[in-house]
Amino acid sequence: MKSGSNLERVLAAGEFAVTAELGPPMDCNGDVVLEKARLLKSCADAYNITDNQTAVVRMSSIASAVLIMQEGLEPVMQMTCRDRNRIAIQADILGAAALGIRNCLCIAGDHQSFSAAGRLKGHPGAKNVYDVDSIQLVAILKGLRDDGLQQGGDPIECRPPLFVGAAWTPMGDPLEFRPIRLGKKVAAGADFIQTQGVYDIDLFRMQMAKIVKMGLHERTAVLAGIIVPKSGAMLKYMDSSVAGVTVPAALIERMNRAKDEAGDDKTQARINQEEEGVRITVELIEQVREIEGVRGVHLQAIEWEKRVPEIVERAGLLPRPVVSEEAGSS
Amino acid sequence: MIVAEQKPFGQVKEFVEGYRKIMVAGCGACVTVCLVGGEAEVKVLASGLRIAHLQEGKATEVLEACVTRQCEPEFNDPLVERIREEGVEAVISLACGVGVNLLAEALEDVPVFPGVNTTFFGGVKEAGTWLELCAGCGECILHLTGGICPVARCAKSIMNGPCGGTNDGKCELGGETACAWALIIERMSRLGTLGQLETVQPARDWSTGHYGGPRRMTVEAVQAVAKEE
Repeated sequence: MKSGSNLERVLAAGEFAVTAELGPPMDCNGDVVLEKARLLKSCADAYNITDNQTAVVRMSSIASAVLIMQEGLEPVMQMTCRDRNRIAIQADILGAAALGIRNCLCIAGDHQSFSAAGRLKGHPGAKNVYDVDSIQLVAILKGLRDDGLQQGGDPIECRPPLFVGAAWTPMGDPLEFRPIRLGKKVAAGADFIQTQGVYDIDLFRMQMAKIVKMGLHERTAVLAGIIVPKSGAMLKYMDSSVAGVTVPAALIERMNRAKDEAGDDKTQARINQEEEGVRITVELIEQVREIEGVRGVHLQAIEWEKRVPEIVERAGLLPRPVVSEEAGSS
Repeated sequence: MIVAEQKPFGQVKEFVEGYRKIMVAGCGACVTVCLVGGEAEVKVLASGLRIAHLQEGKATEVLEACVTRQCEPEFNDPLVERIREEGVEAVISLACGVGVNLLAEALEDVPVFPGVNTTFFGGVKEAGTWLELCAGCGECILHLTGGICPVARCAKSIMNGPCGGTNDGKCELGGETACAWALIIERMSRLGTLGQLETVQPARDWSTGHYGGPRRMTVEAVQAVAKEE
């Protein structure tokens, strides 16, 4: 065991893993995090705490991770390269490990200009860092854990037991390079991978076939990302505006039909679409589960965490397995 | 070349508020090429100031000058002499920041104001459009990336791209900006060197760039000759 984290144990035991995302609030209200933690409890093996997603200032991922640990949940602390240099990153990683955090997802992070893309003012004038990129960050964490060395070369006595993750955009452009880039993440030391949201199952299957051929699925655990859709408009937006996400027209049509069935009743239209969104999510989980090399799912219900337990249940993934440390290391 | 853009007229006018004898000093190098700080732009800015001051009933004198290169003191020396002789009270330099620094250094008691915003090291993309192509990071890695610079041209300066944000060959920032890594992959595929990108590039040493502190470059042979002279 590299970290002994629950997520690592579940994967090592050959179980189909489930992770779910939890977004911290834009203020210091820890109760919001605790409330979300209570909603999500027992429906996943570990919970991703986003790190200022879309560059919007939120409660830190480390603090939020510690809060959900108080509720008995295991965090996957996300760490972007946007806001910290290698000094701050390593300091925070060591601190996180000392606080008991065992999983870390290394990502580049959206550019700060995204913080003002929606209705928020954000901080588009902020200076970004990007001292290291996400692949270099993976290598740094591996170096701390396996070699007991800081990036600069100084030895450390107590090594952080971390399960190191990375993101993958399988359907990102340029398509033919994405498997190669995943190979680089694995070579750098990524123990697990969480993908960008998958809707186009055929395309995803094709990309997975390539990485299986490369043998990458045996060197890392790929968790397919599923973003729970709430409406036809959301699916359409993701298809047109979110990089690396393509949504088949049939799914958008399904959502629109659900909306139209409600006629002029706006409340019913919303409920219909939400129900259809949950149905689509359950189907997507079942479909990715059949694809060779997929070792689990990563569910992102953005500001809609309350529907996750039902989704996991309907997908037949409850109860979550309990894997003891001994079993996990076997 | 160094690319710059003109500062708003109102801002420049405010810089020299209260001075009676003002000089607008252009530069014949990069800023002439990118049409913001050469002889022609000196005339336009000086005329604009004269008209504005006339309308406000202010008695000022606006002189014009343009030197070959403001980034070399030997070209600035005659200009500095003229500024002193004519009793110029304030200078607006239309050179890049390098020129402003050197003029300010040479003119101990005369304020020098920037007339342009120095933006980047770039080249002409098409008539009237310049692109940032180099970041001056102090350790060129273009041999690893098919001659296309990810430090300058990737919004995240990543060494193992592309990130997940690239979309149809464009940067996640949107607009016209190409994804540097999409360009790199396309070019290295054509060159048959794509396999080189499979190597993980380790965290780089940024101390060769500005992060290592203000830089200095010396050529000993030139120093030796200069000493002899």
